[in-house]
Amino acid sequence: MVQVRGCQCAFSPSGKSREAETKRINKELANIRSKFKGDKALDGYSKKKYVCKLLFIFLLGHDIDFGHMEAVNLLSSNRYTEKQIGYLFISVLVNSNSELIRLINTAIKNDLAGRNPTFMGLALHCIANVGSREMAEAFAGEIPRILVAGDTMDSVKQSAALCLLRLYRASPDLVPMGDWTSRVVHLINDQHLGVVTAATSLITTLAQKNPDEFKTAVSLAVSRLSRVVPSASTDLQDYTYYFVPAPWLSVKLLRLLQCYPPPEDPAVRGRLSECLETILNKAQEPPKSKKVQHSNAKNAVLFEGISLIIHHDSEPNLLVRACNQLGQFLQHRETNLRYLALESMCTLASSEFSHEAVKTHIDTVINALKTERDVSVRQRAVDLLYAMCDRSNAPQIVAEMLRYLETADYSIREEIVLKVAILAEKYAVDYAWYVDTILNLIRVAGDYVSEEVWYRVIQIVTNREDVQGYAAKTVFEALQAPACHENLVKVGGYILGEFGNLIAGDPRSSPLIQFHLLHSKFHLCSVPTRALLLSAYIKFVNLFPEVKGTIQDVLRSDSQLRNADVELQQRAVEYLRLSSVASTDILATVLEEMPPFPERESSILAKLKKKKGPGVVTDLEDTKRERSADVNGGPEPAPASSSAKSTPSPSADLLGLGATPHVPAGPPASSGGLLVDVFSDAPSAMATLAPGSEDNFARFVCKNNGVLFENQLLQIGLKSEFRQNLGRMFIFYGNKTSTQLLSFTPTLICSDELQTHLSLQTKPVDPTVHGGAQVQQVVNIECLAHFSEAPVLSIQFRYGGTFQNVSVKLPITLNKFFQPTEMASQDFFQRWKQLSNPQQEVQSIFRAKHLMDTEVTKAKIIGFGAALLEDVDPNPANFVGAGIIHAKASQIGCLLRLEPNPQAQMYRLTLRTSKEAVSQRLCALLAEQF
Amino acid sequence: MQFMLLFSRQGKLRLQKWYVPLSDKEKKKITRELVQTVLARKPKMCSFLEWRDLKIVYKRYASLYFCCAIEDQDNELITLEIIHRYVELLDKYFGSVCELDIIFNFEKAYFILDEFLLGGEVQETSKKNVLKAIEQADLLQEKTEYVSQQEVLWV
Repeated sequence: MVQVRGCQCAFSPSGKSREAETKRINKELANIRSKFKGDKALDGYSKKKYVCKLLFIFLLGHDIDFGHMEAVNLLSSNRYTEKQIGYLFISVLVNSNSELIRLINTAIKNDLAGRNPTFMGLALHCIANVGSREMAEAFAGEIPRILVAGDTMDSVKQSAALCLLRLYRASPDLVPMGDWTSRVVHLINDQHLGVVTAATSLITTLAQKNPDEFKTAVSLAVSRLSRVVPSASTDLQDYTYYFVPAPWLSVKLLRLLQCYPPPEDPAVRGRLSECLETILNKAQEPPKSKKVQHSNAKNAVLFEGISLIIHHDSEPNLLVRACNQLGQFLQHRETNLRYLALESMCTLASSEFSHEAVKTHIDTVINALKTERDVSVRQRAVDLLYAMCDRSNAPQIVAEMLRYLETADYSIREEIVLKVAILAEKYAVDYAWYVDTILNLIRVAGDYVSEEVWYRVIQIVTNREDVQGYAAKTVFEALQAPACHENLVKVGGYILGEFGNLIAGDPRSSPLIQFHLLHSKFHLCSVPTRALLLSAYIKFVNLFPEVKGTIQDVLRSDSQLRNADVELQQRAVEYLRLSSVASTDILATVLEEMPPFPERESSILAKLKKKKGPGVVTDLEDTKRERSADVNGGPEPAPASSSAKSTPSPSADLLGLGATPHVPAGPPASSGGLLVDVFSDAPSAMATLAPGSEDNFARFVCKNNGVLFENQLLQIGLKSEFRQNLGRMFIFYGNKTSTQLLSFTPTLICSDELQTHLSLQTKPVDPTVHGGAQVQQVVNIECLAHFSEAPVLSIQFRYGGTFQNVSVKLPITLNKFFQPTEMASQDFFQRWKQLSNPQQEVQSIFRAKHLMDTEVTKAKIIGFGAALLEDVDPNPANFVGAGIIHAKASQIGCLLRLEPNPQAQMYRLTLRTSKEAVSQRLCALLAEQF
Repeated sequence: MQFMLLFSRQGKLRLQKWYVPLSDKEKKKITRELVQTVLARKPKMCSFLEWRDLKIVYKRYASLYFCCAIEDQDNELITLEIIHRYVELLDKYFGSVCELDIIFNFEKAYFILDEFLLGGEVQETSKKNVLKAIEQADLLQEKTEYVSQQEVLWV
């Protein structure tokens, strides 16, 4: 501290005169440089003094480009302070100059070998501070040895642990796993709490990447935690922080446990639950101190405990308690706690156990949105509302978000717009409500409504006949406002161009009025919007012959025909020509109403995912998929096709302002590709399998009833029963639209091979399915011999003038012909041994795709068709089953065994039957279920 | 923890500690951005904020802001208490610490921080143990050198 005292007079810390300071520093730098370059060798003390001054100057915010060599020289000094300053300089001003690194490493190596604990500490701190790859190469082998050596001092162990952690983070490939790992795990048991604290961080990081190697840490961490958490505040002496026993250690241990699933061993699991309950109980106790440090430390442990409870997601009781605790915090006077409670509840909302409990706090959260003074807290409230939204509360949440949007901070408006648009679409029961919501969005925050949002409303209106009239009426009314957002003009232009006829009967919205209304906005709009409006006009020519003359006059005016913008000019010329030469028939064909858009993932959702990172949104999606019958659900959008051309033609792109070769390359978001997204994949006549059908198929392996397929138009439900080698399946086709599906023809397709193994008989159904109606088809099934393929159900029909084709795999699988067989343990193993020929056994080892729950697993095995045999396997955690597959030609006995490994989240499934193909097929079918 | 910054109400950086490798340019950019963001916040606001893909935890002590950047899974409240414990350590060592102590004894501030936090993780939470390590180092220092103050004054 002596070294820089001289500076006090030189620099005022507030930096009043920057110029004077710089001058002073340059002079000093010149002085130091001359000292370093001078003929006279500097003694250690002077070197240290100048190196320290350089550091000081650097920390004042000036660049330092020399002195590194002198600092490295200090490292080899025997004087502690010289060495210390040398190391500090290296730590703060690392230079990747390889030659220096080599010298630094040599000095560090000497200090590590010297076994002087103080010097070792300095050397380890330096490695941890620099953490470069060169250092990892030099020391990653040595540090684990220091860490686990019996004679290493505690403080050195602590530094070694965190030093290794830093090297592992920077260069994991250079840190070899080995014998030391098991000894490191046992540091959780160390007597010195400081060593435990440091080691736990290291173990957590290592366990994240090598869970198997460190899994013994789980029980050790639980037992340590159970000794720390309930301690009286005096037990841990200096490790107690404001009456909270070892809060840092507790948090780290809880964090470590989050690298693993719930402990398998019931005793460990019980002990952990007790700890978590203690933590929750302590939150209810009166505070032992009024100091904020006490409450922060206590709540830090509580929040980490809640994170662990959420991570395990397996104890409904703890989840609900956690939710109630967070509910209390929502109204706490500490802003920090309110913020964290909102954040933590977001994750609780996605757990099926606590989703309902979270929903009870809706009013408090809405209130937070209105009253919180801090934007970051309000942002959390928006996130939580989004996470807790489902069909039951969507109208309320969407309304509140819209209200908030009017005054929301600019920084978060775009995100709220996306969220409102997604929720409105996802939970829309009433599409009129959806249209209102989106138009409101445009009204309140038009600038923040991205293309994705308004494209989407057009897609949905086009696809849902029942809302088209309402949409036309609503946009017509919205356009009456003297000043409306350009996005509204776009939506209005498109919708009136398509569906303006639906409201033309009302004299208040006659064709001419509609046209004048749109055209009154024309001159205020940008080029892409004007182009869209021109297309709407030509659509009007087809819809309303009576306004043809007026529109032709407009198109013919100089401002259109001689427009400086080549795209506008071309449209005007071509549309004018089209309207004058084409017969009404041709016009009607060319300008026909747009066909429905193919269903696929909402592009808005994709945008939000991009904005927020994939984690946040997908979680919500996954957990809510079951609850919502959303309008979407297709795969990722296909890349925009090049089908868009600017010449009017009977293609889908008449209104598209698509990638036209005439438009000079402009910003793609605004001028080019305007509707490309909407039109990117035109409905295809190909009989490809419907998206998601494979997924549904797997769901039917263990059950017989349910919805096999669903899109905007059609729902296919199944009910089936099987007995021995016979079965009967009822297929229900539901028309979800309000118009007829015509030429409705479902066909069952079996390959030639499958036909010889499986016989399917059915009668054709009525070719017309009325709006909202359901028709039924019965399929009689006979299993002739074992088979592996599945038949395909292919359905063709006409909807709104276009051919639709849906193909799904029909879940008639070999296991449907199972007859369960009960048998005793002895019989089972006797038969098991009889089927020991290698071809008879098929085994599959796979990762668990769902929560590993014993009851669910049992239900699935029973649903699969086999008898579930209790008390057969010596290991009670394993499942065994037996049954007979009935075919007309033969009966095949099957034995199965499923061994779960919850630690590794893996399963091993073994099937033994007398036929290799049967073993293989059954194994493949069943393995998909867990 | 990815880094810790100490800066004054005037926006002057007083201490910086980086636990992830970043270029000088990047460090300067981050510092500038964060100092601006944190100084713009009002007193009663929440101590946490999202920034890029990190969480910022900050607290003001007198004229100094202590600001830590932690990762998504890290615990905000315990980080707030890391800051507090560091302040306590400085306070105990300097005896009622002020900004000037940290400016002119920056090396001590760094040494204390290294004993307390290493590689971005808490190394030793016991106040006694941390200060014992620093005091031992100070003893070594006094044994090895006797210097007149005159000598170290500049010029």
